[in-house]
Amino acid sequence: MEAFFGEVAGAVDAALASGERHASSFSAEETDFVRMNRGKVRQPGHVEQRYLRIRLIRGARHASHTLSLSGDLAHDRPAIGDAVKGLRAALTHVEDDPYLLLPSVVASSRAVRGGGLPAAGAMVERLLDAATGHDLVGILATGPVYRGFCNSEGQRNWHAGTTFNLQWSLYHRADKAVKSSWAGFEWSDAELTARMAGAIENLALIARPVKTLTPGAYRAFLTPAAMQEVAGLLCWGGFSGRALATEQSPLGRMKGDARLDQRVGIAEDIEDGVAPAFQGEGFVRPARVPLIEGGRLVGAMVSPRTAREFALAENGANGSESPEALAMEPGALAQRDAIAALDTGLAIGNLWYLNYSDRPACRMTGMTRFATFWVEHGKVVAPVDVMRFDDTIYRMLGSHLEALTAERELILDSDTYGGRSLASVSLPGALLSAMQFTL
Amino acid sequence: MPPLDSSVPAFDVKADFWSLRFVDETSEAYCVRRNVAQPLSLATDRGVMASVYADGGYGYAATADTSHAGLRAALDRAADWARASAKLAIADSRTLPRPAPHGSYASPSLAAALPDARAWFELLHGLSKDAGCDPRIVDWEASVDVVHSTQRLVTSEGGDVVQRFRMVIPSVGVTAHADGVTQQRSLNGQRGICQQGGAEILERFGYAGSGRRVAEEALELLAAPNCPSGTMDVLLMPDQMILQIHESVGHPLELDRILGDERNFAGTSFVTPSMFGNYRYGSELLNITFDPTRPEELASYGFDDDGTRAERAYLIRNGILERPLGSAISQVRAGLPGVANSRADNWNRPPIDRMANLNLEPGKSDMNELVASIDDGVLMETNSSWSIDDSRNKFQFGCERGRVIRKGKLGHVVKNPNYRGISASFWRSLALVGNEDTLRVLGSPYCGKGEPSQVIRVGHASPACVFRGVEVFGGEA
Repeated sequence: MEAFFGEVAGAVDAALASGERHASSFSAEETDFVRMNRGKVRQPGHVEQRYLRIRLIRGARHASHTLSLSGDLAHDRPAIGDAVKGLRAALTHVEDDPYLLLPSVVASSRAVRGGGLPAAGAMVERLLDAATGHDLVGILATGPVYRGFCNSEGQRNWHAGTTFNLQWSLYHRADKAVKSSWAGFEWSDAELTARMAGAIENLALIARPVKTLTPGAYRAFLTPAAMQEVAGLLCWGGFSGRALATEQSPLGRMKGDARLDQRVGIAEDIEDGVAPAFQGEGFVRPARVPLIEGGRLVGAMVSPRTAREFALAENGANGSESPEALAMEPGALAQRDAIAALDTGLAIGNLWYLNYSDRPACRMTGMTRFATFWVEHGKVVAPVDVMRFDDTIYRMLGSHLEALTAERELILDSDTYGGRSLASVSLPGALLSAMQFTL
Repeated sequence: MPPLDSSVPAFDVKADFWSLRFVDETSEAYCVRRNVAQPLSLATDRGVMASVYADGGYGYAATADTSHAGLRAALDRAADWARASAKLAIADSRTLPRPAPHGSYASPSLAAALPDARAWFELLHGLSKDAGCDPRIVDWEASVDVVHSTQRLVTSEGGDVVQRFRMVIPSVGVTAHADGVTQQRSLNGQRGICQQGGAEILERFGYAGSGRRVAEEALELLAAPNCPSGTMDVLLMPDQMILQIHESVGHPLELDRILGDERNFAGTSFVTPSMFGNYRYGSELLNITFDPTRPEELASYGFDDDGTRAERAYLIRNGILERPLGSAISQVRAGLPGVANSRADNWNRPPIDRMANLNLEPGKSDMNELVASIDDGVLMETNSSWSIDDSRNKFQFGCERGRVIRKGKLGHVVKNPNYRGISASFWRSLALVGNEDTLRVLGSPYCGKGEPSQVIRVGHASPACVFRGVEVFGGEA
């Protein structure tokens, strides 16, 4: 695929006319997807896709065309030529862009990681075998994912990773289930066996008589998987330089007096994630962008366009200005002591379907899901019926934050909308003295 | 894609059944934000999904290589998956339908010209100028997306269907800010206006004159009090009703959710197979149809992606649950009736059970009667927040704008109107359904579901509706 990308870059270069430049990004994957339900295979298949986004630039005018490529240069070269011709014609209809910002240096890079995974069919057989006798539902996505960037100045960036991402749930009945996820560059039968054993152990807890809670405030421990949902919602505009500049960020009040607990530190940490070290317009991403330090908002994700529009310094953010490798500082509570420290309250394994109920106040609502238990005196007592929470981040990670765990979990994003994500988060668990439940 | 008037080459595939589903889609995105034209964005996406039934198994392979060799390779790979997974398959593919559909479909006014790029930008500049009319408007944008999609399904049984779509999606949104308060207002939500057709869609929604109106309503919200809290009646306008229908009727009635396929991701359903034919989903005023025949609605089509002919059907009639949103394959698996709703969002994703056009049929009450029926309540319009549990029962939704209703009269505007409830009981509190005059045909281009995940286009038509005794509340004090 890397050689194909090189030829594609050459084809775009060759299609340019005098006075034209291009900045083009490439995204591709060769993925086996196997969907499972009831311990059986529901939909197995293979997807091979290549997308090229050509941005044609003449002076301060520019426009882009994203096109699917077949993988056969004899077919794709004319398609690339036609796309460039179409963009050339389109540039006669567009205005100079006052916010166009292009990289000032040529910074090529190459990163290739992973390989040597078992065949998808073998992975699935081992998974279903390990779950024999249980109601398993889930998805395997495995194979190489590629990102590239090229421009007419000769910059070439290449990022390739061959990974698997396995997401599965074991169901007891109705909505009572234990969800597990395992992703990475290396497969291990022993690791799968251990993870499945842990899930089956938790399933026994799920099978206990259910406790139904009334709305109110409860102590709560959020696992890293639950924290992933909270972090995911914050990433929806929270750290965006553009959203902060236009008063749309849910963290906008942190530009004033609002603070989180001083133990809260959040950064975009590309160095420890799996995302490429370059963004889609060819800018190099810093290894680390501090966003919250000591509970204070200290930075933002700033795309080149936002940088030009609001006189800020760009820091390698993509157009969405959402972190792709968010990392939260750990705390001092040992993970093994979390349930004891919770004492009496909710141990929340997963949250689900979060949204803002008052965006400027960063008040969010969402549901508990999967392995969520009622704990009394440091002992797991019963699974709970799903509960809706509605609370602000300033209480959850502020006045009501009691502790963060000393261990963090690196969670690779399982998102497959349009293509497999290369985002990740690294998060601790969080112990809250109170969390507001409403329904 | 092979030319629409040419035959697809014959393939000798050792299989019980195979199909090739071609997708050829182009799109243009025009946007003016804060009076600056945003970079023009074009896209061309072409590819094919090969599906094969063999030895009782099923497999698929997707590729953008639509050459003869590319199609051959995709069919072979799909057949390999079918055979490899046959012994583990959840359904014996030998029991599944082998469609041989023939026909075509075209969006309304498909051949009518649309504005060129210069004209689109001129229109959007005008809207932007109107929307950015006050220093308290801190961000604003107007945009139009135009999508052309041609899809062709060819099957080993001789089936051949060509469907051609054109969709136009206009949008206006503003953010107002003053004295520490931020409020957002849009024209029928984030791309809630999305229909098949041409320039007539803009006229239908008064798009050209909407910039100032949306901005003035945002400014009004800045000064408005918070929505009151308490148990009261709500009058939900169509641009909130579509979300209510989508989340708490559409998703729970998807048969693949009921069969458990989505339990690891999108979730399950509080609806069980035994409820069909007898369960009271809502009051007698509740009539929900699956209607792919309304020409302008976003998800109208002639055939679904497995080749089942699309027809209008009642899912809920006079409040009683009749049938699920289940495609031909799910119908076999569940032993239940269904509709033609096997849909994929692109060539690189397999079809699954989806909403398409899901509509609440109009009733008899005009807008005055709806308001007059409420002694203490809130009118809410334009969805801004949505959250529901994985069984599609406990929900909480928020709107951009509310108006207090006291003793049958519309009162002052309120900000941050929210309400919460439980699907299984909420629809039984449906007290009045607006007439055809209150109905709007809206939708969403962004319905997410599936593993691997897909974002699909859905249409929803709904009148305004009144619900009794709902838990209502406002924003953070």
